[in-house]
Amino acid sequence: MNGFWIILVGSLVACSCALLGAFLILRRMAMVGDAIAHAVLPGIVIAFLISGSRASLPVLIGAAITGMLTTVLIELLNKKGGLQEDASIGISFTFLFAIGVILISAFTGHVDLDQDCVLNGQIDYLPLDIGSIVFLGQSIPRSVWTILPTFLIILGFVGIGFKGLRLTTFDNEFAAAIGVNVALLHYLLMGAVSLTTVVSFEAVGAILVVAFLVIPPSAAYLVTHKLKPMLVLSCVIGILSAVGGYYLAVFLDSSTAACMAVVSGLIFFSIFVFGKIKSVFN
Amino acid sequence: MAIFEFLSFDDPGTQIVTIGTVILGAVASIIGCFTFLQKRALIGDAISHSVLPGICLAFILSGTKNPYYMLIGAFISGWLSVILSDWITRTSKIKADTSIAIVLSFFFAIGMMMLSIIQHSGNVNQAGLHHFLFGKAAAIIKEDVVMFLYVAAIALVIIIVYFRAFKLYIFDIEFAKSIGLPVKWLDFLLTTLAVLAIALGIRAVGVVMMSALLIGPAAAASFWTGNLKKMLLISAIVGSLAGFFGAMISYMRPQMPTGPWIIIVLSVIAFTSIVMGTEKGVLHKWRKRQAFKNKVLRENILKIFYHLGENQEDFLQPRTLQELIERRAYNKNEILKGLNQLKSKHWVDQTESNHWALTKQGNIESAKLIRLHRLWEVYLSEHLNIAADHVHDDAEAIEHILTPKLQARLESVLKGRTTDPHDKAIPNLNKMDK
Repeated sequence: MNGFWIILVGSLVACSCALLGAFLILRRMAMVGDAIAHAVLPGIVIAFLISGSRASLPVLIGAAITGMLTTVLIELLNKKGGLQEDASIGISFTFLFAIGVILISAFTGHVDLDQDCVLNGQIDYLPLDIGSIVFLGQSIPRSVWTILPTFLIILGFVGIGFKGLRLTTFDNEFAAAIGVNVALLHYLLMGAVSLTTVVSFEAVGAILVVAFLVIPPSAAYLVTHKLKPMLVLSCVIGILSAVGGYYLAVFLDSSTAACMAVVSGLIFFSIFVFGKIKSVFN
Repeated sequence: MAIFEFLSFDDPGTQIVTIGTVILGAVASIIGCFTFLQKRALIGDAISHSVLPGICLAFILSGTKNPYYMLIGAFISGWLSVILSDWITRTSKIKADTSIAIVLSFFFAIGMMMLSIIQHSGNVNQAGLHHFLFGKAAAIIKEDVVMFLYVAAIALVIIIVYFRAFKLYIFDIEFAKSIGLPVKWLDFLLTTLAVLAIALGIRAVGVVMMSALLIGPAAAASFWTGNLKKMLLISAIVGSLAGFFGAMISYMRPQMPTGPWIIIVLSVIAFTSIVMGTEKGVLHKWRKRQAFKNKVLRENILKIFYHLGENQEDFLQPRTLQELIERRAYNKNEILKGLNQLKSKHWVDQTESNHWALTKQGNIESAKLIRLHRLWEVYLSEHLNIAADHVHDDAEAIEHILTPKLQARLESVLKGRTTDPHDKAIPNLNKMDK
């Protein structure tokens, strides 16, 4: 049963990330996603220090706010400060991430978080989750209760906002011209990315979230041009990575989150190389 | 106090750590300038995350934490990440930023997977390997510093030998190509240097935040100077300061990872530079804008005096604030601000509490401005065939920024003109009594 929960959590994280990541890569915002995934850390720690519990509502809100702040900070450095865009991204998120790591180190003992958990997540310890809730005779790990609703929220957001998101992704100016609230959608998307990274963070850590955000949608993008099939395929690849990663981790006795990300990378490169071989024969 | 103990450098270990981090900070920052100017900050991020599997593999294969094996491992996997992300970008529809993010997270995941395997393997030597994630300056030993020195010397020699070529390549790649510079070789060298700098820097800063040591000092320096040599110098100073600080923190708080502290110091310096920098800092730009606004305000007030004087054929007569305000859409405070500035230049005098008059010098200055304005109007209407009723706004804008050189050209082209397109007299400065 433990394996089932790990794969379930991994798959839900992968699908939430894949749905949003598809829009990020099409909007050329892959690195902004990377930045947000790092920058939510101080928000998580501060909210945690105040509220005293992990994965509570204050933590979600705190982290979502820092996630949005990152995009604001990047814009500020870039537009008002006149710093080139790549450097603005590079400085903003390392700065915020550094604050987060320092806070964690300073409050080790008070905080139920450590440096390892920042990078690897806690998916391996899922079955030991203290907050498990018993439902229909099954003890369900607490992570499932945070990640499942998040996935449903993301699914709802992408489902309801699909037309607007598609329009703003492919032709932002046209979308603005016909009255779509471009800025609102942008910040909603950033907020959704923040929310997802915060929730996924607990399971897979800060940097591997980036793998889930970027790699499955990119692999799907290599296969199809159409947005809807791309979204579906991203989720399928994400789930395959979660399943494959779990067994790889068991086999190698290694970090599950890292193995899931490695498998997604292997799927990407298989598709990539297969495409190259195919084009050679054609 | 721990800080004084540190600053006394009594402990030989502390000396070595400090020398090591300072060298490393300086070298990484110098190389970072090139990365920054090439706008490749994000590929730096990819490289720094990607050196992790190389380090782990070097450890697995050698079983030791020998700095040379680690450097070689880091170097190879760092370079591999650049090649891979370039390959993806070049041969598929995936864009550069996405391919960087793919390679970064994939390599980092492989690294974390290996690290976890090593940690579970129970190898006694593995203790401290995780310091490569967030950096630990205190772990630097004499052997490492010797290696830093070698690498730093090689890097500096390459930079000095290729300085002019790098400069051309970065600032004008088309020109560099046209004069036959080996751009591919230069690109290879610069990438190699960046990978080297990162492979060195992770000892103190860690793979997660290493890209910031490359970019932060360069970004800060770019706000203080536009000259490449000066920029290299400033960023080297900033980088060594950050390295020094890292060593200090590592001494005072041994439990703390040093990387984040170094990055905080760098970020604060960078943010300060963005605001205060004398080359393109926010405050500097704001001051320049204010100075220009004030100049325009003063010049416009001088012109109001001239226009009033022209109507009544008495330029030096005192005017009330009300008279001045009626001519132009300025409010009372603005006009007063401008008048006070003119007063301190002795171009305007306050004759009574509410009366202001041009001085002789002020009159000449106002005539100069009007002359320029009207000459420009003549030029536009006669030489560029713009209708007379369209030339005023353009002249209004240009009169504040015309350089003396352009003014001289205008004078010589339009010699002998006495009226503007609206049939108003162009003031003749020679006829004015000084």
